[in-house]
Amino acid sequence: MKLTLKIWRQPDASTAGKMHTYDVDDVSADMSFLEMLDVLNEQLNARGEEPIAFDSDCREGICGMCGLMINGEAHGPVTTTTCQLHMRSFVDGETITIEPWRSDAFPVLKDLVVDRGSFDRIIQAGGYISVNTGSAPEAHSVPVPRDNAVRAFNVATCIGCGACVAACPNGSASLFMGAKITHLGELPQGQPERDSRVTNMVAQHDHEGFGGCTNIGACSAACPKEIPLDVISQLNKDLRTAIKHGH
Amino acid sequence: MCLVLGGATVQLVAIHNPERTLVKGAQATKSTVFLKILMAVSGAVFIGFTLLHMYGNLKAFSGHDKFNEYAHHLRILGEPMLPHEGALWIIRAVLLLSLVVHVYAATKLWRRAKNARTVRYQVKKHTGAIFASRLMRWGGVTLLLFIIWHLLNFTVGKVNVSGGATNDPYNLLVDTFDTWWLTIIYLVAMAALGAHLHHGVWSATQTLGLTGSERTRKLAKRSAFGLAVLISGGFSLVPLSVLFGIIEK
Repeated sequence: MKLTLKIWRQPDASTAGKMHTYDVDDVSADMSFLEMLDVLNEQLNARGEEPIAFDSDCREGICGMCGLMINGEAHGPVTTTTCQLHMRSFVDGETITIEPWRSDAFPVLKDLVVDRGSFDRIIQAGGYISVNTGSAPEAHSVPVPRDNAVRAFNVATCIGCGACVAACPNGSASLFMGAKITHLGELPQGQPERDSRVTNMVAQHDHEGFGGCTNIGACSAACPKEIPLDVISQLNKDLRTAIKHGH
Repeated sequence: MCLVLGGATVQLVAIHNPERTLVKGAQATKSTVFLKILMAVSGAVFIGFTLLHMYGNLKAFSGHDKFNEYAHHLRILGEPMLPHEGALWIIRAVLLLSLVVHVYAATKLWRRAKNARTVRYQVKKHTGAIFASRLMRWGGVTLLLFIIWHLLNFTVGKVNVSGGATNDPYNLLVDTFDTWWLTIIYLVAMAALGAHLHHGVWSATQTLGLTGSERTRKLAKRSAFGLAVLISGGFSLVPLSVLFGIIEK
């Protein structure tokens, strides 16, 4: 495959970036998207040019580290992570536009690498449960109904990649927050901090400069883990309940 | 932070940003979600109002006298417990308050959304988004302008462009929609209203936390579409009927 790549290049956080065009030959349809970028970087290295910076870690679709805006879609045209996207999803001779996640809460550090520390601070604000450590209690002492367990597990698959924010026209992180709030809220261990969790997480979300949700659904469509929109309803319901309880 | 890229090691300097701190003393009523709840509740007031208003308009099909009788009854509603036009002014006050709240929250959220992405994408697809959802803001502005025009047309000014000055609601209605450009303004506004409701009704149910499962989500989306067609279609029936001569003076 021969491809033309339009890629965002930005030397550092404080310098303005712009799009650069590169041609890559000898791309195999079996390569992953990141392997294709590795090939390009080898060529750039050989020419003595600065390679393109992009994030990746596990390359198995489970860590949430990689994430690129590919032809205007978060993680590209297939419902998966960028590392699990393969070049067979593209056609020979295609022009592919690659941009970093665009969100002021995710500042670009270099080229395609963004700082998703705002997600960490949202989790720090409330995305946890408090338990005594040391002697582990008997696991069966707190029964969890099956339906609750299934829903909690399904939304706990969120890997915090940020595709929801990247895809959202408002730059909102509601799907991410909703996934965490639903995950913990479905379980007995999540109940004591339920009201303060939603209040603190939403306040941190707003403080970080994420936009408000308008229920468009672009987030859920982009989510590699297919987190459904009903977690945002859950988030809203939990906040409404928190207000009722005086938060 | 340190990245290894194609053999070269690049040091990334952590940027110090004083705003990247944890919030203390969080209040749920100061959140964006609360603004959305305000939008949903004020929007629900408008849905109730438009349904009643549409019902009143459809009285035009029962003729001049019945329609005017209904219009007159709105003015004496609640008398003698309420003063003349008392009920009408209560409704107007609630609607005005809802409008202010709706526009205030929309403006705040619009500005926030703009600031959340100051560098725009070169290429952006709208995967997963229905067309109506992208019309909410400018569509809302269109509706606001229409509301002002509509009040000037039928409530404040009562300017009758084709049939001369009148205080007769039925005649004003027929004369108005006998004028092609007034009918077009109205029908465009009804299309905007339909689109606004198609996304807005679903969005309100989601914001109020009523769509916590796939089943309720689908039901809310279908109901939103149904309500949008019912209200915008119901309103459009009257001007179209005037245009085609079904409703006449």
